[in-house]
Amino acid sequence: MSIYSSRRRTNFFASSLCWGAALFGLGWLLLILGALVVEGAKGLSPAVFTQMTPPPGGSGGLLNAIAGSLVMTLIGVAIGTPLGMLAGTYMAEYGRYSKLTVVVRFINDVLLSAPSIVIGLFVYEIMVAPMGHFSAISGTVALAILVIPVVVRTTEDMLLLVPGSLREAAAALGLPRSYVITRVAYRAAKAGLITGVLLAVARVSGETAPLLFTALNNQFWSTDLNAPMASLPAVIYQFALSPYKDWQQLAWTGALLVTATVLALSVAARALSSQRTSK
Amino acid sequence: MTVSPDSSTKVAVRGLDFYYGDTRALNSISLTLRANKVTAFIGPSGCGKSTLLRVLNRMYDLYPKQRAEGEVILDGENILDPRVDVNVLRSRVGMVFQKPTPFPMTIYENIAFGIRLYEKLSKSALDDRVEEALRGAALWGEVKDKLHTSGLGLSGGQQQRLCIARTVAIHPEVILFDEPCSALDPISTAKIEELIDELTERYTLAIVTHNMQQAVRVSDYTAFMYLGDLVEFGDTDQMFTNPREKKTQDYITGRFG
Repeated sequence: MSIYSSRRRTNFFASSLCWGAALFGLGWLLLILGALVVEGAKGLSPAVFTQMTPPPGGSGGLLNAIAGSLVMTLIGVAIGTPLGMLAGTYMAEYGRYSKLTVVVRFINDVLLSAPSIVIGLFVYEIMVAPMGHFSAISGTVALAILVIPVVVRTTEDMLLLVPGSLREAAAALGLPRSYVITRVAYRAAKAGLITGVLLAVARVSGETAPLLFTALNNQFWSTDLNAPMASLPAVIYQFALSPYKDWQQLAWTGALLVTATVLALSVAARALSSQRTSK
Repeated sequence: MTVSPDSSTKVAVRGLDFYYGDTRALNSISLTLRANKVTAFIGPSGCGKSTLLRVLNRMYDLYPKQRAEGEVILDGENILDPRVDVNVLRSRVGMVFQKPTPFPMTIYENIAFGIRLYEKLSKSALDDRVEEALRGAALWGEVKDKLHTSGLGLSGGQQQRLCIARTVAIHPEVILFDEPCSALDPISTAKIEELIDELTERYTLAIVTHNMQQAVRVSDYTAFMYLGDLVEFGDTDQMFTNPREKKTQDYITGRFG
């Protein structure tokens, strides 16, 4: 009898620790998100989406920063996604048994975990310094470099999950390799591939460091890729560090927007991948 | 040992060796597949029967370090010749696998997909070909009202018949079956066996099976393999009633394997 009560005690003790640890982690997350929602919502108004970033003391919004973030993220993802997909496809399909794939996978993993500020410095060296000025285009290149390893990784992983029997079945019909990949393997892995791109978007849309070194920031509306461009993370960084109350408020609101976007993308990615596994 | 080649020979395997890296899996196999007949490959697991089947459409080509030596003559042409276009070969020698493998698309597309690769057809001609293929696989009645739903929604037996329909749709000459019923229930199995019987009107068939009753039911000729060797090859009825080799006798009476 006593052996059972001692086991029950141990079990109670261990599971309390587990619960405690989980609540501890979750608690901070809720505090952060709660503060963000409370502080950010105070500044939410139509002006945020219709007016430019103001000078200190003036009234304004975040329109140029939102637009800049959208433009640079979209172009960055548009550059990085095809490169990442092609590399991932090579690794999972044509080069599955090749030594090159092992090397590429290792380097890609290094790139995946490289601090983004290093990427920013790298692009600063190869683009900003030679060009002599900050520009949105160098910002998009920095973001693209961040997108590539994420997409390479998910593309390879998702294609490796496609059963070999499906490839054999397609090959047995006399389909050339390219058809087997594009018409059958891609289709079978579709939800996973889209998830990868969404996760890449979520990853880069909150990046600040690489943009500070490349696109810098811009107080005004600009769509010139050859000039500095505003972005939400850069504006948040600048405004949050400022002594002005209205700037700080806009930084909170901008942070709320970025967080909500990333959250929505992650939820969409989750929904897509669970739809895939439940089939 | 072998059925002698004559005008009815569709495929002739001569002195075939097969290697997985350094491991030899087939030792100097020679046999023939006769046109419009069913040839069954039987033997215990690992005897090389699936390997042999996968040589006949060069499926092994997908993997590095697998190689075949010897000759496999399809209508007078050695298909092991590196100059042979494997995609053309596979369009002539179709294959149905152990597990049903419908593509992640609609029932209609599963079949139309392969046809479009080889022929440019009008919408109505393509519809006809899809129907013909589904009828040929005894599946038309069950799916005609849901052609545009996913092929993954069918039962296992229906999926397997969809795979057969997909294979016959591109009009091959030889169809290889790799344990096509091992994942199916008895009723689905009976349907597939019936179908195999009907397919001999137009195609030359080879089937790998673990089920000896199935070999008796569906095949005209049987090859018994053991440890990479072809032990006995001949008329199915004769082999199962009066085998020449002691080993064949032991296997078909269930003494090993």
